Amino acid sequence: MLYAGIDIGSTAAKAVLLNEERNKILARSLMPSGWNSKETAEDILTWLLSLGYSKDELKIVATGYGRVSVPYADSTLTEITCHGKGASFLGGNDLTVIDIGGQDTKVILLKNGRVIDFVMNDKCSAGTGKFLEVMANRMGLTLSEFFTLAEKGRDIKISSMCTVFAESEIVSLMGLGTPREDIACGAVGSVVAKVATLISRKNHTENYFLTGGFCESALLIRKLSEVLGSEVKTVPDARFAGAIGAALLWK
Amino acid sequence: MADYHKMWEALGMDVKTHDLLCEALPGAFGDVYLSQENRPEGMDYFNMVVAEIHGIRPAELVEHKKNGGKVVGTFCIHVPDEIPVAAGAIATGLCSGSQFWVPGGEKKLPAATCPLIKASLGARFDRTCPFFRLADMFVGENTCDGKKKAWEILAEDAPMYIMDIPQMKRPKDYAHWEDEIHGYLKKCEELTGNKVTPAKLREAIILLNKKRKALQRLAEFRKLDNVPISGKDVLLITQIAFYDDPARITAMINKLCDELDERAKNNVSVFPKSAKRILLTGTPLSIPNWKVHHIIETLGGAVVCEEMCTGIRYYEKCVDESGSTIDEMIHNLTERYMGAIHCACFTPNFERIDDIKRLAKEYKADGVIDVNLKFCNIYDTEGYFVERELNNAGIPVLGIETDYTDQDAEQLKTRIGAFLEMLGN
Ligand code: SF4
Ligand code: SF4
Repeated sequence: MLYAGIDIGSTAAKAVLLNEERNKILARSLMPSGWNSKETAEDILTWLLSLGYSKDELKIVATGYGRVSVPYADSTLTEITCHGKGASFLGGNDLTVIDIGGQDTKVILLKNGRVIDFVMNDKCSAGTGKFLEVMANRMGLTLSEFFTLAEKGRDIKISSMCTVFAESEIVSLMGLGTPREDIACGAVGSVVAKVATLISRKNHTENYFLTGGFCESALLIRKLSEVLGSEVKTVPDARFAGAIGAALLWK
Repeated sequence: MADYHKMWEALGMDVKTHDLLCEALPGAFGDVYLSQENRPEGMDYFNMVVAEIHGIRPAELVEHKKNGGKVVGTFCIHVPDEIPVAAGAIATGLCSGSQFWVPGGEKKLPAATCPLIKASLGARFDRTCPFFRLADMFVGENTCDGKKKAWEILAEDAPMYIMDIPQMKRPKDYAHWEDEIHGYLKKCEELTGNKVTPAKLREAIILLNKKRKALQRLAEFRKLDNVPISGKDVLLITQIAFYDDPARITAMINKLCDELDERAKNNVSVFPKSAKRILLTGTPLSIPNWKVHHIIETLGGAVVCEEMCTGIRYYEKCVDESGSTIDEMIHNLTERYMGAIHCACFTPNFERIDDIKRLAKEYKADGVIDVNLKFCNIYDTEGYFVERELNNAGIPVLGIETDYTDQDAEQLKTRIGAFLEMLGN
């Protein structure tokens, strides 16, 4: 028996296949979530089957907002439990897991590999990937162009915490002729500040571990480490943490 | 359902808009309630009351008024029902729990007002709730800032009577609330034209204590390992207790409890063995706000207690029945209504934290969910202590903020689902 985990988030869908012993990742897939979670789920199934296994040889666990749209899943779990499990697989048993997602950001406290507490941002999209997406859009850039630009910028302060207000603040900064790289850098700083506030609400350890789509953004990791006063660790597979956790959690 | 349109028209209601509410309610009630398995038969009465929520009871109030009786509406459990009842009036709760009324409230109130207040004003100004037409006197209290100011706006259309609730619990504050209850008694006498005699007041105290005792009896079943009734059902009964005839609902609850006695003997549970037991704490859940209970129980949890105004705070303690003069009885009412209710409108309010910890033990809760209405500043702020103290006591806690809409249903499912998963591993 092999184990597959599927994590359909608001922007990206992640899937992994683990070996029989569940200690090795055999395959990974990353695709945009698209408009229709059901279709995305179908695409993932096609991918899984293309690896040469039949459905009967797999146990499939789905997580993320789209977890209810995976009719062929053997079970579902929330992304919090899965990210916690995935992070402990990748980074150790006692961690403060930070997941900056497309729609929401969560902080998960792990002790002995178990989730003992967690907190998610409220309805507001400040401090999430959405915030950066909106800002990048506003500046006519893709998210990766936005990060490349931000690397070169100086840290300026975006004072509005709310995405809607921050957007108009950025428009007026652009109007004032503020360099775009500075604005981008400031926007990343704003997300980092909001995430740090969320973390400070909980009684946490300083073993920070970042999961989710931003685990390859050196700038964000650097800034986050600075604000938290301690190194934030991550690994390239951390964007698959939810999917890995899901596969590990099949019982 | 019987046709109440004539009555609603006579009450000056906006019948057309109100019809929309009547159309939506049966579906919502069916989804949340009738879909439950293995419900006690004794719930039939409560199902019927909800099905005709704007019919049966309002018709009784209309009858009462035809005979010269008065109706007094209240918004807070600090205001003693014993007083209007002793004066021969009918007391009814008015807090509103549906998004249906919120836009009406938003026409007059800031958006950043809690939905309970918005819905209450909307129900009156939009003329879409019979209880808000029937009340001859609306008793407001200055508990939170939101209500205090909203009452000034409501007073432009409704006959308001405001009570000044203290914000602390020192001896002089008790004395002040006692004085306010004396004033309330005078006001109710004026309104009804009836004199409140010691015998009448004692009768009212005993009547309402009986209702409390029935609700306490019901709550006891939730302490069992095999819980014979769902949290949703108990919530519904508590909500109905705010406006149904006190003697009748007492009898109905006791009848239901007889059935539950049987279930308890046979170890019948409405929950699977693995269900995690949840204690809810926070702001009131007015009818028909069943959202959080529904999510928890659909995800496999069991709500076993509510440290809320629509819960334990409403019925846990009885009024001392020993007084013989009006003064003594009002003193006893003050002790109960100030001393036994721990609302975040008081400072400090550490007794509430003690209550939560005590109840978590008594009801063997696996975890606590602190659920607060959006824009309720006082409960939101107090959440700081709730979380810290429960953490210190080693009791898992999840804080959530929500309103009457369904927009956050998915987010709530994720948070609550993750919390239940956490309790399970
Ligand atoms: S929450 Fe406080 S103000 Fe509101 S009904 Fe309860 S006791 Fe009254
Ligand atoms: S929930 Fe909070 S804001 Fe709303 S009426 Fe009650 S105390 Fe006031």
